[in-house]
Amino acid sequence: MSISLTSQAFDPWQSLAEYQAQQLAGKYGATAVFVGTMRDFNQGDGVVGMTLEHYPGMTEKQLALIVEQANQQWVLMDTLLIHRIGDVVPDDSLVLVAAWSAHRGDAFDACRFIMEALKKQAPFWKKERLASGEVRWVESNSNGYQK
Amino acid sequence: MSIKVRYFASLKERVGHADAELLLPEPLSASQIWQQLNPDLAMPEGVLVAVNMEYAGLDTLVKDNDELAFFPPVTGG
Repeated sequence: MSISLTSQAFDPWQSLAEYQAQQLAGKYGATAVFVGTMRDFNQGDGVVGMTLEHYPGMTEKQLALIVEQANQQWVLMDTLLIHRIGDVVPDDSLVLVAAWSAHRGDAFDACRFIMEALKKQAPFWKKERLASGEVRWVESNSNGYQK
Repeated sequence: MSIKVRYFASLKERVGHADAELLLPEPLSASQIWQQLNPDLAMPEGVLVAVNMEYAGLDTLVKDNDELAFFPPVTGG
């Protein structure tokens, strides 16, 4: 299991390939992956940049708790979670969640659970810089299970 | 009793600072501490509370050396 926060831009596919090659070769049958990427629009406005604030200590603790809960509910071989902090620009990867298991059901469901719980519980806050020059806080995350 | 209070994101901007130290003669709840520190600012709806980096309720009693945090709904991912 690996959980990290990074203030540097990262390539999620490279991180995934490296982690998988080092930790898991030959062991898994299913990998489910979610990558969240920064858009250049939100609520009808152009967005040119964003700052991701977090609560050092609590953020890591909450992420570890969420991954632990996933491990209690599903049979997982490993998980990888990377989240950006600090200043980001459109097209930057913001979050990577990967779950490895013997079979697809556990991998899919655990990956989804980790991502939805992160959106709801992990203390991160986005402050957007709009194309208009306005700066605003994103007020809340939507519930990903609702259409 | 000494308590450290922290604010994050938009709440930090509304309160005007990131941290506060508070000396108390007896344990108070998180909401009582908010009222004591911010008498002119009603707690905005949806504010989340953490004690020692774990989610807690507004009625949680905060004890000596605890770290109490107030923050708006989270928006990561």
